[in-house]
Amino acid sequence: MSRLILPYAGLDAGQPASLSPDYRSTVARSPRQTPIAIPQTLTEVTGPTDWSRLMGPAMADLTTQHKAEPQGQRIVVTGRVLDENGRPVPNTVVEIWQANAAGRYIHAKDDWPAPLDPNFTGAGRAITDAEGRYRYVTIRPGAYPWGNHKNAWRPAHIHLSLLGPAFATRLVTQMYFPDDPLIEIDPIANAVPMPYRQRMVSRFDIGTTVPNWALGYVFDIVLKGRDQTPFEDDHDDEH
Amino acid sequence: MTTNTDLESRNAAPRQDSQDPSIFGQTPWQTVGPYFHYGLPWKGGADLVGRSDMGARPDLMPPEHFLLSGSNVSGQPEGEVIALSGCVYDADGKPIEDAMIEIWQANAKGRYASPDDDRADVALDAHFVGFGRASTDKDGIFRFRTIRPGRVPGPGNSLQAPHIALSVFGRGLLKRLPTRFYFADGDGNETDPILALVPEARRHTLVAQRKPDGTWWLDINLAGENETVFFDL
Repeated sequence: MSRLILPYAGLDAGQPASLSPDYRSTVARSPRQTPIAIPQTLTEVTGPTDWSRLMGPAMADLTTQHKAEPQGQRIVVTGRVLDENGRPVPNTVVEIWQANAAGRYIHAKDDWPAPLDPNFTGAGRAITDAEGRYRYVTIRPGAYPWGNHKNAWRPAHIHLSLLGPAFATRLVTQMYFPDDPLIEIDPIANAVPMPYRQRMVSRFDIGTTVPNWALGYVFDIVLKGRDQTPFEDDHDDEH
Repeated sequence: MTTNTDLESRNAAPRQDSQDPSIFGQTPWQTVGPYFHYGLPWKGGADLVGRSDMGARPDLMPPEHFLLSGSNVSGQPEGEVIALSGCVYDADGKPIEDAMIEIWQANAKGRYASPDDDRADVALDAHFVGFGRASTDKDGIFRFRTIRPGRVPGPGNSLQAPHIALSVFGRGLLKRLPTRFYFADGDGNETDPILALVPEARRHTLVAQRKPDGTWWLDINLAGENETVFFDL
């Protein structure tokens, strides 16, 4: 029996090149050969939807994971996961990790002199609902210095990891905050050409801000969508 | 600047951001960076067969901050249990200790645990999901325990040789690098429709070899001599 494979679109013009020398770690870690284009098969158009059996349930509130509340500005981040045709991606996992309010990660290799917060880990996962909506509660991460070049600072950001429906739809990105002057001078954000870089900037939203409690930021995440024209394996069509 | 600006009705200059319809499209990739270990590799992420902590790096965070729970897949999947390993190297041949590998594969019969594989004639395995995630260790080595996958259809009437789809992530990788594992003794490697698209001289970078201890081993070279073949999906 022939199979109808609906391939996903390729990466669009807004994706960064693997080799982006201003971000120095890419120099020794980027392929030099052109990636080989392959037709998408059942392998690429399927993907793990049973993530809850692997990872466990949602952990969408990062402010209640320890004995007391973490330090910092409490924020609520909401948004939708869509495909590039504008369709919601339901029941998919959005994994997040981030630094604390002082810009320090709870990671053994992060040793710059900013305080750790015993009440903040910075890891969570949210699940999209039937309309592709997700929501998590956290604190606003701080900026931090890094060794890329003299006086290099990363803009405040939250790391996000999405599986989507297929191997082909995998995405790892970073969400930035509006009005952060460090975005302009950050080699990682600027590996993405303008105006596409702006797709990684969240929007402050008074509508989702919770009075007397937390500021609201909105961030829609867009995954690759199915190509509009199916790839038909069967050449015996009726027309 | 005009002189007759209406202060009461003017709006702030529109700023482009993720919510702006004029730039709607794929969210760009960014690196996982060096600090993903407390956020991504859950306990047992690299063990698709049993219950262990394979894949995680609890040495990189205080225990009370290792919140990622363990896999809840129970029972014993059908098929041949295999160990799959390799080392991730950079362009200078140095092992990468802050890389992460993900795998996606069919079960022993060749069926994907995904609603988009709806072939009723090939059985699902209730004890097998087929997705795994492993951090590299301090020597750049990743280790998975999984099931040897069955063959799955390819384009047209072709049949693909047994293979595992793989993604490489890490500090310095702005995008994941997709590639595949094949098995040196795999049925149909010679006629596999994807391997056929790879120049013969580079095909070996996709084919795992069996070590004397039984482990299937495939190094991943991000660049340099023997650069691994990566795919454009």
